[in-house]
Amino acid sequence: MSTRLATGGRHLDRATSVSFDFNGRKLKGFKGDTLASALLSNDQMLVGRSFKYHRPRGIVAAGPEEPNALMNLGQNGHFEPNARATTTEIFDGLTAQSQNHWPSLDYDVGVVNSYASRFMPAGFYYKTFMYPAPAWKHVFEPFIRKAAGLGKAPKERDADTYEHFYAFVDVLVVGGGVAGLLAAERAGKAGAKVLLLEQSAHWGGRAPVDGAEIEGRPADAWVTDTVDALENMDNVTMRNRCMGAGVYDHGYALGYERLTDHLAPQAAPRHRLWRIRAKHIITATGAIERPLSFAGNDVPGVMLAGSVRDYVVNYGTSVGDRTVVVTNNDDAYRTALILKDAGLDVPCIIDARPHGGGALMEDAKAEGIRVETGKAIAKVKGGKRVEGVALCAQAGEGAILEEIPCDAVAMSGGWSPVVHLWSHCGGKLIWDDAQAHFRPDPAKAPTGADGQGFVSVVGIANGAMSTGDCLTDAVKGTNAALQGIGISPKRTAAPQATEEPENPMAAVWKMPQGASYKLRSKMFLDYQNDVKVSDVQLAAQEGFESVEHTKRYTTLGMATDQGKLSNINGLAILADSLNAKIPKVGTTTFRPPYHPISMGAIAGEASREIFQPIDKTPLHQWGEENGAYWEPVGHWRRAYCYQRDGESVEQAVNREVKATRESLGLLDASTLGKIIVKGPDAGKFLDMMYTNMMSNLKPGKCRYGLMCSENGFLSDDGVVARMDDDTWLCHTTTGGAARIHAHMEEWLQTEWWDWKVYTANLTEQYAQIAVVGPNARKVLEKLGGMDVSKDALGFMEWKEGKIGGFDARAFRISFSGELSYEIAVPASQGRAFWDALLAVGEEFNVTPYGTECLHILRAEKGFIMIGDETDGTVIPQDLGLHWALSKKKDDYLGKRAQQRDHMTDPNRWKLVGLETVDGSVLPDGAYAVADGTNENGQRETQGRVTSTYYSANLGKGIAMGLVLNGPDRMGEVITFPKVDGTEVQARICDPVFYDKDGEKQNV
Amino acid sequence: MSNAVSALQGKSFEGYVTVTEMGLRGMLTLRGDFGSTVLTRAVNEITHCDLPAVNTCTTRHDRGVAWMSPDELLILCPHGEADGDVAKLADALRDEHFLVANVSDARAAFQVKGEGAREVIAKLAPVDMSPEAFAQGHFRRTRLAQTPAAFWMPDTDTVELICFRSVADYVFDLLKRAGTEGAEVNFYR
Repeated sequence: MSTRLATGGRHLDRATSVSFDFNGRKLKGFKGDTLASALLSNDQMLVGRSFKYHRPRGIVAAGPEEPNALMNLGQNGHFEPNARATTTEIFDGLTAQSQNHWPSLDYDVGVVNSYASRFMPAGFYYKTFMYPAPAWKHVFEPFIRKAAGLGKAPKERDADTYEHFYAFVDVLVVGGGVAGLLAAERAGKAGAKVLLLEQSAHWGGRAPVDGAEIEGRPADAWVTDTVDALENMDNVTMRNRCMGAGVYDHGYALGYERLTDHLAPQAAPRHRLWRIRAKHIITATGAIERPLSFAGNDVPGVMLAGSVRDYVVNYGTSVGDRTVVVTNNDDAYRTALILKDAGLDVPCIIDARPHGGGALMEDAKAEGIRVETGKAIAKVKGGKRVEGVALCAQAGEGAILEEIPCDAVAMSGGWSPVVHLWSHCGGKLIWDDAQAHFRPDPAKAPTGADGQGFVSVVGIANGAMSTGDCLTDAVKGTNAALQGIGISPKRTAAPQATEEPENPMAAVWKMPQGASYKLRSKMFLDYQNDVKVSDVQLAAQEGFESVEHTKRYTTLGMATDQGKLSNINGLAILADSLNAKIPKVGTTTFRPPYHPISMGAIAGEASREIFQPIDKTPLHQWGEENGAYWEPVGHWRRAYCYQRDGESVEQAVNREVKATRESLGLLDASTLGKIIVKGPDAGKFLDMMYTNMMSNLKPGKCRYGLMCSENGFLSDDGVVARMDDDTWLCHTTTGGAARIHAHMEEWLQTEWWDWKVYTANLTEQYAQIAVVGPNARKVLEKLGGMDVSKDALGFMEWKEGKIGGFDARAFRISFSGELSYEIAVPASQGRAFWDALLAVGEEFNVTPYGTECLHILRAEKGFIMIGDETDGTVIPQDLGLHWALSKKKDDYLGKRAQQRDHMTDPNRWKLVGLETVDGSVLPDGAYAVADGTNENGQRETQGRVTSTYYSANLGKGIAMGLVLNGPDRMGEVITFPKVDGTEVQARICDPVFYDKDGEKQNV
Repeated sequence: MSNAVSALQGKSFEGYVTVTEMGLRGMLTLRGDFGSTVLTRAVNEITHCDLPAVNTCTTRHDRGVAWMSPDELLILCPHGEADGDVAKLADALRDEHFLVANVSDARAAFQVKGEGAREVIAKLAPVDMSPEAFAQGHFRRTRLAQTPAAFWMPDTDTVELICFRSVADYVFDLLKRAGTEGAEVNFYR
């Protein structure tokens, strides 16, 4: 059984006990424990069930490569699934639940899958769920969806906050082991601005655990001194609990800092995403130990050898009283020696190499440990925990020589450099036959804009396998990196490490090498996705020769650990099955992030009230206080209507429509785009931008204009006012302001760069209020100041002056068909002006109205709306707007496109009015049907509704639509099917429903 | 005039920095040819400042000029004098090709004050805010989270920032979130 040792544990504060909750049980650990070490100390060997077969699984590793110990952490707003127990630090009150089992971890029903495993080989889903087709939707998919996923989805809004931070440095060092510390120290001493990241809570990496000696002292002492030195350098910033997550083009990298995960819920941000620009990136990301593939290598208690000693040295935790070590290299002997030193028993070291190891083997033998060379594990005995191993010859087929009782197995298949960050942005790898791993190819670094490599790898991540080599490599790599960015390194030698010579490792991809199918189908490569040696072999047999295809067919390396333990072993098996060399097979692609990062960190500050900017007009606050029912228009919030006590939205809209037509309405039109266009060539420019003439507009006058894209489609509309000789003010739609401004600037900057025209977007400088209705003039006259009489300010004219003491620009324009003024005042005066209008308008029953009323008023007049009548496929000719297409001009944007066959096709649907025979309101977007069916068997259509409203003024539904040959079919009745299966008949009519002669606006 | 109010009317927040909406400020957009001596002289006359170099601003008392683009300047002045300054510039530049407009009310202005001011900005804008890279006199037109903004530093622990008036609430809430106690980064020393 696993337990806490009486002494030891360099990360522990044994004076501070911490209590936490695991699957509803109260457990205790010490401050400094990870959830994994605390669980092991409580003899919790079984921590989860596997994804496919629901096999019992235990902790395998001590770091982020852990595939099994995934937990649902926290509760309610702090809930998070799929957290690794090995990277979770415990705190008082932490709650954790294991995943993927029902009803409980110990008694899981899904385990039947395991007995059926021989019926669920690689590609099982692809092969099984093919036929019959409808079964996919109704039977298979619901079943698979229920089975899919390890953790639960959070049910509540995330209670935490997150943030980003933009950091700019000379050198980013990722990894705070001895190589990373030394790299940071050298770069710091040379004067570079350095950021050093370490994913765990501790500096120093593996060296202190492995008993390394640097400069004749234990590695721990060297680490402490170096960290102290770095902390005293002003130009070095150090962050632990901060993982280098990804490397991208141009020296951009992401750091994922976990600020409060090791504490009870806090007000401070939980995670911070560092968005780093570095002149050079040095990764010192260490290596990950590979498992060995033997039958039963997933039984709880089988762990990586390096991790077994991590638990002893760092956390004073023993995985079992009797641990069998199985290895193909010398390093695992260190585990045996450390276990022995801790007073634990090592019944046997099983070394697959015929001649065993070097000096470390001799040390082990001297300690009295039995060493069996040329041997292998035939299989592991036990279900929910290890009970023993069966010994066999590595060269054979698995004939059992002896059974050795034990509680744990420490395995080591060699070490693979962590090359992820190097590879993210295109760094290439070379296969190192001696170490049986891929390491960075220094000749093929990821390159920046200047063609130079901007990432270097140092230490064991670069294939430097001993502490001494790591230190030498770190100095060499850092010096070269500094020189590359123009910083002179200090020429001092690397610190020396004390070395013990090691014998070469031997590549062992399965154990024993001639294992039967039965054994191979119990050798797990990918623990999280339950991919076995036999699955990869089957994929190869079935023709999945590319490693990328094999990955997807078997799901090897596709789980949340992204194959950190399984990739190399898997592709070695694939290479063997294909009878190819490993480098020929290659690796799958390494993509960021290195290890999953939270969605919250990616979103950063963008949550809750600052999820997205909401644009507010100067009158927004008044709306908030007066029942505004908001709708989003672009990023703006505009009032759809203003609801009074007890009113429904519909009632409010109808009240606003009638009040405006009958007396006086006010609209907040501040959101309309207002772009100033000025210069000697401004008139010529606007003649190109608009389909009609703008250059001949007289100062003081306004003209409605259309804008098309160069493809001829209607893009925007609005009223243009000429301010003076060389200045025009272009109004755009609410959503069009930024877009049209950018459109103008693009043409000016890329095509007509020699035209003398300047533009400025003044949209937000003004609060603009439409004063609309038969009493519009009276209310302005009551405010006093500017003469707004018919003669002084005619229809389609504008004037500047004072109205009621406000600095005002009055445009006599109408989008409602009523007598109407749009008054622009500086935004700072907007609210006061609105209040003044409300006060003097009281006697006219002044009624603020929203966008729906605006729409109804314009639809009653047959005015088009960009985005309703247009959808990017509609040209002005479709809408009967020929009058706005200048024939005098040589050219305007869209003119040529509008002459193409498809645009002049007489069968293009054209704008008409539509009134239902029964007075009801047509459904928005409804299609009118025609006789016959098309080649797809669908009913033919002959038109569609573009705008449809209930007109309170007319007491019936009104609509506009695009209809085949519409203008020639006045009076004809066409049929619109509705979604409820019924139909509605509508008569084609003139789109102007109200005041056809325009007498009301012209008073 | 007394009817004129700024977007947030001086709202403020105290965290590990102090965030204050600065009330109404005069701002003009001037587009023209920086090579023109007429323009240089006109700007100098209004602001008593020289034309700023790329990504910088020049300030003197309550007036200043900031570089916005190769042909656009931002002129800072008292709010009440903006229209008058527009008229003066327009008159001085009457023979030039230019555009000048009062944009005071299109904007909101904020001050972020305290030792953490630099890092609060660096949480929201992709800008190197280290003292070596961003000093007094520097000016940056960029974005703050999802909205356009520009800022400069009148002294070593103060950032002044402008954004569109419509997003004043958003920007205030951004700065407030970034400047909350406990969210210190301590990156600059």
